[in-house]
Amino acid sequence: MSTLEIDRVRKAYGQLEVLKEVSISIGTGDFLVLLGPSGCGKSTLLNMIAGLETITGGEIRIAGKTVNHLSPKDRDIAMVFQSYALYPTMTVRQNIEFGMKIRRIARADRDKAVKTASDLLQITHLLNRKPSQLSGGQRQRVAMGRAIVREPKLFLFDEPLSNLDAKLRVDMRTEIKRLHARLGTTIVYVTHDQIEAMTLATRVAVMKDGVVQQLGDPQAVYDRPANVYVARFVGSPAMNIVPAVLEVEGTTATAVVDVARRPAARIGGISLSVEGLRRYAGEKVLVGIRPENFSIASAATGPSLTVDFDVVEPTGPDTLAVFQLGGVEVTARLPPRQAHARREAALAVDTTKIVLFDSETETRID
Amino acid sequence: MSASTHMSSRLAGWLPRLVVAPSLLIVIVTVYLFILWTGVISVTSSKFVPTYDFVGLDQYVRLWATPRWHTAVANLFIFSVLFLALSTGLGLLLAILLDQNIRVEGALRAIYLYPMALSFIVTGTAWKWIMNPGLGIQKVVTDLGWTTFRFDWITDPQMAIYTVVVAGVWQSSGFAMAIFLAGLRGIDNSVIKAAQIEGASLPLIYRQIIIPMLRPAMLSVIVLLSYIAIKSFDLVLALTNGGPGTATELPSTFMFSATFRRNQMGVGAASAMMMLMTVAAIIIPYLYSELREQKNG
Amino acid sequence: MAEALSRSGKARLGRMVVYGCLIVVALVYLMPLWVMVVTSLKPLDEIYSGSFIGLPKVLTFDAWRAAWSEACIGTECTGLKPYFVNSLLMVIPAVVLSTGIGAINGYILTKWKFPGANFVFGLLLFGCFLPYQAILIPMARTLGLLGLAGSIPGLVAVHASYGICFTTLFFRNYFVSLPDELTKAAMVDGAGFFRIFWSVILPTSIPIIVVSCIWQFTQIWNDFLFGVSFTSGSNSPITVALNNIVNVTTGRKQYNVDMAAAMIAAIPTLVVYIVAGRYFVRGLTAGAVKG
Repeated sequence: MSTLEIDRVRKAYGQLEVLKEVSISIGTGDFLVLLGPSGCGKSTLLNMIAGLETITGGEIRIAGKTVNHLSPKDRDIAMVFQSYALYPTMTVRQNIEFGMKIRRIARADRDKAVKTASDLLQITHLLNRKPSQLSGGQRQRVAMGRAIVREPKLFLFDEPLSNLDAKLRVDMRTEIKRLHARLGTTIVYVTHDQIEAMTLATRVAVMKDGVVQQLGDPQAVYDRPANVYVARFVGSPAMNIVPAVLEVEGTTATAVVDVARRPAARIGGISLSVEGLRRYAGEKVLVGIRPENFSIASAATGPSLTVDFDVVEPTGPDTLAVFQLGGVEVTARLPPRQAHARREAALAVDTTKIVLFDSETETRID
Repeated sequence: MSASTHMSSRLAGWLPRLVVAPSLLIVIVTVYLFILWTGVISVTSSKFVPTYDFVGLDQYVRLWATPRWHTAVANLFIFSVLFLALSTGLGLLLAILLDQNIRVEGALRAIYLYPMALSFIVTGTAWKWIMNPGLGIQKVVTDLGWTTFRFDWITDPQMAIYTVVVAGVWQSSGFAMAIFLAGLRGIDNSVIKAAQIEGASLPLIYRQIIIPMLRPAMLSVIVLLSYIAIKSFDLVLALTNGGPGTATELPSTFMFSATFRRNQMGVGAASAMMMLMTVAAIIIPYLYSELREQKNG
Repeated sequence: MAEALSRSGKARLGRMVVYGCLIVVALVYLMPLWVMVVTSLKPLDEIYSGSFIGLPKVLTFDAWRAAWSEACIGTECTGLKPYFVNSLLMVIPAVVLSTGIGAINGYILTKWKFPGANFVFGLLLFGCFLPYQAILIPMARTLGLLGLAGSIPGLVAVHASYGICFTTLFFRNYFVSLPDELTKAAMVDGAGFFRIFWSVILPTSIPIIVVSCIWQFTQIWNDFLFGVSFTSGSNSPITVALNNIVNVTTGRKQYNVDMAAAMIAAIPTLVVYIVAGRYFVRGLTAGAVKG
């Protein structure tokens, strides 16, 4: 049985439709990340799961029970907010206890729950402080402690790391992942940060304009993005999307790409379904190449394309080289010290990782 | 925000509305219904008590045919213009001077603002004494040797309205200063630094950059001071009691004496409606723009 | 080098001018208070002999005693004492009522917004800027009908009613800046409408409660129009009594008593201002929504 089922859920404010028939279901122990830019409806969806927004259409079920008309406290959920929403006048202990007090849980049980949670999160020494006396990371832990003591079926996280600085964000990310592994909880997590999605999720739903663009495990979303939007949103630097014309030779395809001031480049050996080959032979397509799928050509790599690097950006572990391909700007991720600005270079492409998209609908061609 | 909207409609939508309802009812009755009531009285022949016989706009005609009302309107005009100009100017000047890293800023600010904590009756009483020609400021200066010095405005029908201006500015310019100072503190320092790097002099920076940026504060000051000016009542009553004669009559004092002293309730109501319309003409657009900008911001 | 020197010289001169201006204005602003205090401490003969601004030659508190317990208001020579008590009896319940109601209104208008909530706020907001002359006659009639005419409870009702407009504005603008996530978190924790208000929102609002109380206290204590319109004789608040003392024209004018009486009427609000000036300024600038 799935822990959370989102079944053709819709949300509209008057005429404005912010969620259009969203369906997602996850099982116990899953870590679902709702990923998308602001305004894509991901937070609205989370609030609807929490019971903080009404549901215009469709159904949400938690552990098999329809919760559409239940108030938040009856949904067996806990939530961690972006601003943490710690009660400013209460101490850390009172913050964690507040929900239990309302549910009239006995003092001894409360103390036990607080102790367990605070030990787990290493905030025991902070229990008598006020939120204003805590650092960002400590507040974050308190907010999680408040959620943990509920022992809910479902944890909801609303951009919980976006108020932290970069270093702390990485630490807390690891912390959340560890917590998930230890407690085996089911989590729905909203973020606009694709790295958080990649690192944390067991399932990612990439959203745009109230529609789920792709739902799947993070690696699948990264390797086989459903459309150009997902391809560009997941991964940094983004996947390169290069216009090309497809030529079919037998069972493989070759993408013919314009190169400025040079003869057209041919990227061959792209495998495609029979249907795909038949339909797109001689057609315009969009070729998706991840930056790391370029390499400096050598005898071992086979055919190469010759380009001129415009800009070269060393990042430490790699160097990003920017050049023009098919009339668009393209980035390659190369080993350090191998690329030089305003130089000619021969690049090889790992054609097994190439993804093709329809130039009109921008959806993936299989 | 939208979340709470939808929560309330679903969970216990009736509860917040039920709780806010009594306040709303009180305000609808005591503000809007009462305004309507005053409006109704202003088109009746009410004298000592309200009588509900419709006489059209007779009371308004009578009002505008009353010389005393003309005096009141003219005085309000003089008083408002001077009161606004002086309070705003002085407030802005003090705010700018205080904004120069002044060491005892807190104390000075407290001194400029304390009159706001006083009742206009107290202010009027104090200034009536200060401007007493026989024993007040005039006496002090003549005793110092300027024997021809005269400061007897309070007994001079031509000049008495200016005493109200003096006392009013004393009481309210600190308020203008407080709002301007808050506005100045809200200005991003880097703007000033950028202008300094470009070589602009301090007075130029204030004229060209800072004062234009204070426009929202300016609007607030002008609107709120206009409101204070139009409803000024206690100050005049305590300072000059509308006199000498009717020299310092204002619409507020006119309304009060017509209604409660001269048994002309209809005329009183008509004058109150005139005051209300003036205030509404200033305040409603102001509130509208403030609320709309809040929504955008 | 020379230029730098002359520049710093100029700068120093500039600062002296700035300080000079500020101090002169401050002295002018303090002058009325000074005059009130010294006049109230002088015997009447000294005042009539032409001492206005100087310190009293003979220090006496007779004028204060007279103003407090002997001066005649109308035909009653009780001093300001009973009127001071009237004002206290009026101001305390009115402040408590209007602040309490304003707090819950502000909470509803920000955290439990319902369709039309902004319109309701607009309706209340205009009440802050109402010229009270426009409601004077109906209010007088209504108080009469309710049997509250000329009474202190009547005055409390009037001040509390119009005070709601201001207090709602204060609390609404304060609560708007509290994150909505706070209420959401409390909802997820299982708290209801009143529980959230009482346990989560109200404890965070001590500063604005102080602002609201101070503003209401100052406004109501200093009010004259409602006092003079809706009360008479022994039920008057202190401002009305003060105005009566000052406007008595029989006999030799007792300026020292006038000034002592004015000081007595001013002291409560002055004390509040001195003790909690910061909060007073916040109330003052709240009318300018953006400041």
